[in-house]
Amino acid sequence: MARCRVVLTFPPDKVRHPVAYHLVKDYGLKINILRARVDLNEEGKLLIEIENHDNASIQNGLQYARDLGVTVELVDRELQWDEDECIHCGSCTAVCRSEALSIGAPDWRLKLDKQKCTACGLCVGACPVKVIRIDF
Amino acid sequence: MSVSRTYEEINEKIKSGKAVVLTADEVVELAEERGISYVAKNVDVVTTATFGAMCSSGAFLNFGHSDPPIKMGKIWLNDVPAYGGIAAVDAYIGATEMSETKPFEYGGAHVIEDLIAGKPIKLRATSYGTDCYPRTEIETYVTKDMLNQAYMFNPRNAYQNYPVAVNTSSRTIYTYLGTLLPRLGNAVYSSAGQLSPLLNDPYYRTIGVGTRIFLGGAAGYVAWEGTQHNPSVERNDKGIPVSGSGTLALIGDLKAMDRRYVRAAVMQRYGVTLYVGVGIPIPVLDEDMAERVCVRDEDIHTSVVDYSVPNRSRPVLGRVTYKDLRSGAIELNGNRIPTVPLSSLSKAREIAEELKGWVQSGQMLLQEPVQQLPREQATKPLEIVDLEEINNG
Repeated sequence: MARCRVVLTFPPDKVRHPVAYHLVKDYGLKINILRARVDLNEEGKLLIEIENHDNASIQNGLQYARDLGVTVELVDRELQWDEDECIHCGSCTAVCRSEALSIGAPDWRLKLDKQKCTACGLCVGACPVKVIRIDF
Repeated sequence: MSVSRTYEEINEKIKSGKAVVLTADEVVELAEERGISYVAKNVDVVTTATFGAMCSSGAFLNFGHSDPPIKMGKIWLNDVPAYGGIAAVDAYIGATEMSETKPFEYGGAHVIEDLIAGKPIKLRATSYGTDCYPRTEIETYVTKDMLNQAYMFNPRNAYQNYPVAVNTSSRTIYTYLGTLLPRLGNAVYSSAGQLSPLLNDPYYRTIGVGTRIFLGGAAGYVAWEGTQHNPSVERNDKGIPVSGSGTLALIGDLKAMDRRYVRAAVMQRYGVTLYVGVGIPIPVLDEDMAERVCVRDEDIHTSVVDYSVPNRSRPVLGRVTYKDLRSGAIELNGNRIPTVPLSSLSKAREIAEELKGWVQSGQMLLQEPVQQLPREQATKPLEIVDLEEINNG
């Protein structure tokens, strides 16, 4: 299974274009929208995770988006969490909307589910002891 | 038959390796299985602990004299100002003081953690020069081993209880309790609940001036009542204060501490603070103390406070228990609010276990308080007045 995360940046005149629909319908891609900021007549951004059994379909779909004038950036940002230095306070979970970071019974130690993480970076600032980073 | 034990009896049992020591979590389980009388008869000591952000912390340092000597006036440690208005080479480094070159990134708390870790710290000081202290400036490096004394003295630690912070406004706010999301997006709480020292001795029978404790991985003492010690707040049917109340001033040898239990922290857009690990052994003197140490999260209430109101008296929106808070969400006026801890329960448990080992092995004996903490006293606000109002009473 091929999988990648991309940020699609739409120029103002393309924000009305149903790109996600075409990626699903015409290229058979499984799409999970992780973050979206779309305002009419302004630049729009979409962070999506794309999955398909064959990488060529993903590449064809992304080429379709590029041809439309949409900027495609591969996201290889990943959260780096130094578990040994972590004090397991749980403060970071306050801002983690994707619930990738969680803490609870029975051991009350922080857990990171990288599959759920959207690499939004809010936890980096919220961590009091600075043990979370995002690497590019 | 009523049970009673003296400190001397308990210490004799500790010395002979026969003392029964449990953590405050373990004693709750035991009480649920066998009842409080069984605990009173069979348990000698219960260890309590907390590992939380405690802004009112710092350390006294003595640098020794240079040649020629200097009467240090302004002092910086790794560019963090330290207080130098005490004699020539004494200083107090406060946890929340921020670096002049790296504010919101490095501060007094980091100096303290780095000292404990054995790292060299850049010392810079200036002075006006006197006949006996002719030098006017100095720049050098120190480590904890090079200092004559380095002892932590924290004016206010181990809050007996603390409010839960929420935010009813429409914008995210950044506080010393961390990030509070708008429209009741989360609720931040910071007590270790049933494991927390003063919640296991709500009327300060065994925790007082002189009590020997675990502070930052070393042996320390309760030095005095903590600042803003406020025992007269409302209490629930178990005698537990339902909001911030008792506090402790703590002292301990920084040189013997371990950075696993003392960690510098930065609260986003608030500033620097220090996570301090505190553990207190509580003697089960009688049935009353047995009942106290068997307190459970569901017996401990605290107040939900709206931190979006920027006033001294913030509105109280409700009351919840630590069992509710530990469940992951609380209900407030029909809203379900996810809860977020700020102090580390896993670290607190680690400290309670470590302290249990100290007492079991005889490394730490119990010290009876030499003076009780005040049990009735309110905290005064700061009023803005002119001199005449004071002079006229």
